[in-house]
Amino acid sequence: MASTLMQEPSPGPDAVADGAELVTIIEAGRRGGHDVGLRRSTTLAWTLALTDWKLRFYGSALGGVWTLARPFAFFGVVYVVFTDIIGLDENIKNYGVYILFGMVLFQFFAEIAGNSVQSLVTRENLLRKMYFPPLVIPMAVGITALLNLGMTLVAVFIFVLANGIYPQWAWLELPVIILLLTVFALGVGMLLSSLYVRYRDIQPIWEVTAQLLFYASPVLYVATFVPESYQRIYLCNPLAALLTQLRHALVDPTAPSITRAMGADLRPLIPLAIILGTFALGYWVFRRESPRIAENL
Amino acid sequence: MAVHPDTVSGMPVLAESGAELRRARLATASPAVRMEHVAKTFRLPHQRYSTLKERALHPWRSTTYNELKALRDVHLDISRGEFFGIVGRNGSGKSTLLKVLAGIYRPDAGRVEIRGRLSPFIELGVGFNPDLTARDNITINAVMMGLSRREARARFDSIIAFAELEEFVDLKLKNYSSGMAVRLGFSTAIQIDSDVLLVDEVLAVGDAAFQQKCFEEFTRLKAAEKTIVFVTHDMLAVERFCDRAMLVERGEVLEIGGPRAIARAYNELNFGRLLHDGADDQRFGDQGVAEIVEAWFEHDGQRVKQLERGQRMEIAVSVRFHGEVDSPIVGATLRNEIGHTYFVASTEFQGVHLGRRVAGDELVVRFGLDTPFATSQYLLTPSIARAGSGANAIDLREDLTSIYIHATQNTGGLVEPEYDIEVTG
Repeated sequence: MASTLMQEPSPGPDAVADGAELVTIIEAGRRGGHDVGLRRSTTLAWTLALTDWKLRFYGSALGGVWTLARPFAFFGVVYVVFTDIIGLDENIKNYGVYILFGMVLFQFFAEIAGNSVQSLVTRENLLRKMYFPPLVIPMAVGITALLNLGMTLVAVFIFVLANGIYPQWAWLELPVIILLLTVFALGVGMLLSSLYVRYRDIQPIWEVTAQLLFYASPVLYVATFVPESYQRIYLCNPLAALLTQLRHALVDPTAPSITRAMGADLRPLIPLAIILGTFALGYWVFRRESPRIAENL
Repeated sequence: MAVHPDTVSGMPVLAESGAELRRARLATASPAVRMEHVAKTFRLPHQRYSTLKERALHPWRSTTYNELKALRDVHLDISRGEFFGIVGRNGSGKSTLLKVLAGIYRPDAGRVEIRGRLSPFIELGVGFNPDLTARDNITINAVMMGLSRREARARFDSIIAFAELEEFVDLKLKNYSSGMAVRLGFSTAIQIDSDVLLVDEVLAVGDAAFQQKCFEEFTRLKAAEKTIVFVTHDMLAVERFCDRAMLVERGEVLEIGGPRAIARAYNELNFGRLLHDGADDQRFGDQGVAEIVEAWFEHDGQRVKQLERGQRMEIAVSVRFHGEVDSPIVGATLRNEIGHTYFVASTEFQGVHLGRRVAGDELVVRFGLDTPFATSQYLLTPSIARAGSGANAIDLREDLTSIYIHATQNTGGLVEPEYDIEVTG
């Protein structure tokens, strides 16, 4: 966190032994203020996330089982409908595994973005009673979602192995895909949470957008179903790009990688740029809003 | 920072020289907190446009704002190691000031300089969650307040021991009484090693024994040269702990000075408004032959609205006669806000005869005493009655006016008259 932090020798007889002390200067119209430090911010985010995680299942008998039950129940319904009724699985290798991954990852993305929206407002008591970088709050949402994802993925991989797909080196792409997805989701989360403080319409807007994104991304189907002429535009959607690459790396090596699907080596840089751009935009807006978040709540 | 002579008068000589020394040291110490021209204004929109639709529908309509000037041009220097009190009525800007210091709110103008590590919280128990146990809450709270998770775990035992809540460690916080939760919060807060502490109303809850413990802790912090900025409504705490204090009203610094002077100014500000002038008093009696015109308090011939314990108080009751009365009795009763009678004076008790009074007569009766009462507000009920049985009230005006009595030290007794001690044997 940028701050006006100066090291000045301490004057007077009360000087600290090491001869220097912390001087914090807060000035109107300028950035800076109390230095919190990355380490403390991380500790805070981690503590908030763990607390949330603990409380999520407070009072439920089955606890963590519900994290798994929700996506898997949905998955079960979708799987039956799309394989037994529509018969999609005939053309798509390991279709079941793919949609499971798709749904779990989309759920992860939607959880970060969706839970971020109201996160600042629900933490009002904290933001108004002590000083810390508000950025900690959407970060904590991200950490909680990662913890959930970690748990879910254990179950997903059991399903993967049961389907006769065995570990390959290409699986190492999964952490990279998750990392990019997290960066994208955090960008959206920062943007939505800071705007929600001022505009409460962000909530319904996001709900509709999330629905659109769900169908505009290859969660229930695969990207190759999209007509050739739309492919390139379609794959600019970071979620579509990431899921397409995931299909190639983890589910079906014969499916096109993102580079092949987009037709040129450099084109995948577009969704990548969107991911990084969203993060940068979210960060910028959040930073711009953050000095006034506490009083606008 | 000059010497404040009023701070120490009336204290034993030894304490005086100790306080004197401390004050002299503080006067030369470097400032830990400095505020220059700090201003903070909140813009409260008349009609809040918080939806995009409204924005889109009325883009040309500029929102009108009510400006709430929470702080105006605040200057402040707090020395290192000073215990500094901030007092003021509700909505005067005390908390905003504290939030600006903590960095929660950004000032609109001016500059704040803080030397040393500042505790970032302004309230106890930040982050407490009712659904978690005390054990979990201590960790969360300690991390919130600036410890690392490991430090928080390492200090767990001393926190719980200070709070004396060992038996309730695994109880969920929602099952705690509010006093117990405050104890937990306070015990955690004192584990934070910061040079400058911001404290907003801590001692409101908690039983007497724990308050005593908090007081001891404050004394320890003072000895350890911590700078403490303390917002409170408790004037006794201000006088007991603060080296200096500040009175804030409508976002402005009214006065900075010795704790006693500030406490007095605060009471004046507060109770000056509460003192009613008899417009809504309950009146009894027929008021046929006489009436109570007015009643007030005096000190040294001046009308006063407050007094210090031990000072001379004159209760004045002015009466006008409209008819003939023989030996009327004028009385005065002092009660506190909840109606407990503290003092009853009457011309009859002292055998003062007012003689025969006729229409047109006016007189003022003064009852004088050395104020023995503890700090509180007292309401005066003056009365005039016919001689004989007490039920013969001519005019009685209940709670006509009031006075605030102010004491430096409260023993807990309802009255605190001067007394002497003799030791024999």
